[in-house]
Amino acid sequence: MKKSFAIAEVVVKELFRRKDFYVLFIITVVLSVLMAGVNVFNEPSVARYVKELCLLLIWVSSLVIAITTAARQLPVEKEQRTLFPLLAKPVRRSQVLIGKFLGCWLACGGTLVCFYVFFGILSMSREGTWPVLNYFQALLLHWVMLGIVTAFTILGSVMFSAVSANITITFALVAGILFLGRHLNKIALQLGEPLQAVVYGIYYLIPHLELFDVRDLIIHNWPLIPWGVWLGALVYGAFFTALFVWLGCVRFKKMLVH
Amino acid sequence: MKTALITVLLLVCCFGAGTMVEPRLGALELYRRHEGSPIKVLLGESRRLFAGQSFAKADAYFHSGMYPSIFDNTGGKKASAMTDAARGEKGGDHVERFLGEPRDIIDRFSRSFFPSEHKHLGEEKHEEHFPGDGHDHQEHEHGHEHGEEHEHGEEHEHGEEHYEEAGGKDVREILPWLQLTAELDPNRIENYVVGSFWLRNKLGKVAEAEQFLRSGLKNNPNSYEMLFELGRIHDENKKDVTRARNLFEAALARWRDQNSKKEEPDNFALQQIAMHLANLEIKEGNIQKGIALLEIVKKVSPAPAAVQQRIDELRAGKETGSAVNGSAEPVRSAH
Repeated sequence: MKKSFAIAEVVVKELFRRKDFYVLFIITVVLSVLMAGVNVFNEPSVARYVKELCLLLIWVSSLVIAITTAARQLPVEKEQRTLFPLLAKPVRRSQVLIGKFLGCWLACGGTLVCFYVFFGILSMSREGTWPVLNYFQALLLHWVMLGIVTAFTILGSVMFSAVSANITITFALVAGILFLGRHLNKIALQLGEPLQAVVYGIYYLIPHLELFDVRDLIIHNWPLIPWGVWLGALVYGAFFTALFVWLGCVRFKKMLVH
Repeated sequence: MKTALITVLLLVCCFGAGTMVEPRLGALELYRRHEGSPIKVLLGESRRLFAGQSFAKADAYFHSGMYPSIFDNTGGKKASAMTDAARGEKGGDHVERFLGEPRDIIDRFSRSFFPSEHKHLGEEKHEEHFPGDGHDHQEHEHGHEHGEEHEHGEEHEHGEEHYEEAGGKDVREILPWLQLTAELDPNRIENYVVGSFWLRNKLGKVAEAEQFLRSGLKNNPNSYEMLFELGRIHDENKKDVTRARNLFEAALARWRDQNSKKEEPDNFALQQIAMHLANLEIKEGNIQKGIALLEIVKKVSPAPAAVQQRIDELRAGKETGSAVNGSAEPVRSAH
């Protein structure tokens, strides 16, 4: 695990050297502040539309950072031929892959903290409240969701031939699950057999990323999610993350590196 | 040096071309399009396509985020509490039970992660009750059937009563979406009426409500709904009887122009306009005029006996301008 953490540290440093995060953070700040400046019937304390826009930008930015960072890791190492000296060291392939995953995931966590602190400040400036626990729940759920996405992207990077293909497929799947995941069961019930069984099977099989999207609860100031249920969601996310990382390790072990 | 000179030359050419072309283009009709709001410039007429979503978003905010998606079964009901209240209707029927009972374990589990309980802005939460669970939302809101005749002292403040609970200052959260809807589709009359209602009734922003309505009237000068709403502002908030009367009469005239030949005229709007105008006339001591307007109300009211009772009392001299019983709110037949 020590070796994995050493690799992860390099990945985190690499992300913060790149400009992706800074650009996305500045865009989020500028757009949110601009929207907050709109005069809505001379009512200065209207807050929820600003919160909604800010959270949307945070979600889009975090997904862009997570997917593009994770998708690049192994292919770039291969392209620059730095993977060979790395694998020549006394480190297992699975440790390399876990290190890459951990690095991306921790870096995402760091960026999320920055985004949510900004969101909290913006929200407090409009509403005058600071529901720290609600933000904590939302942040951790968001981070675990990014864990699943990162693990899936890492798996994609050892399965697909091109980085672009991996990024496109992952984005399409993530967007599809976020928009349709919650409703697949309703769609299934309207279908006849055997299609119903197939769609319901997919419904149970996919990682329900939308479970981790609690933006509406935050925007509309709903009370805390029961802690047991919240913990259940984290465990659910952890299982899917572990599954994708494990599949990635299996695939990477068998992969010919040349 | 050569590079710098070429750059300067090109800059001078660009500037020269700009001064020659811009004044000519500015006079063209096509170019004027760029003088509108950013949304209008960016989307052109296609912006109207998004007005429905923006208005629905306002309604979703009114329900604190609990709103049916295209996959949810709403039973064909499109009624909205936000709109019902603005029209002076009781919104008892709008309660969306679209979620129903959880279909599976994921469905049950996921309900903690999105707004899944029905409530309005500023209201205490109302749990979503399922059919047969002993909670009939309509029953405990109404307390009686609407088909019943009312003593006209209690006639008819239901819409207002119910929405006293809802709203409060939190209702301001729907405003950005109503403002955006007006930008996207300036001919969506319902949007102006709803916006004005919440602005003046819950937020006390009478000037903003009037300004919003007037901007709507610029685009829809024949809207009897907006003239009526503007009349209410002058009647109820500004206490300017003369202007209120003029506006109610203009609304009535526009209603007649647009509805007299229709197979299904908007009787509810007629009932509202005539009732408000009748009350105003009675208050001002013009009893005969008031009675004439109440006769119009009687024709379209689902409770004509109550209206007749009031007419009789006016004729008998029981009710005078200084002691007006009953509210201006008409009875809604849909109940």
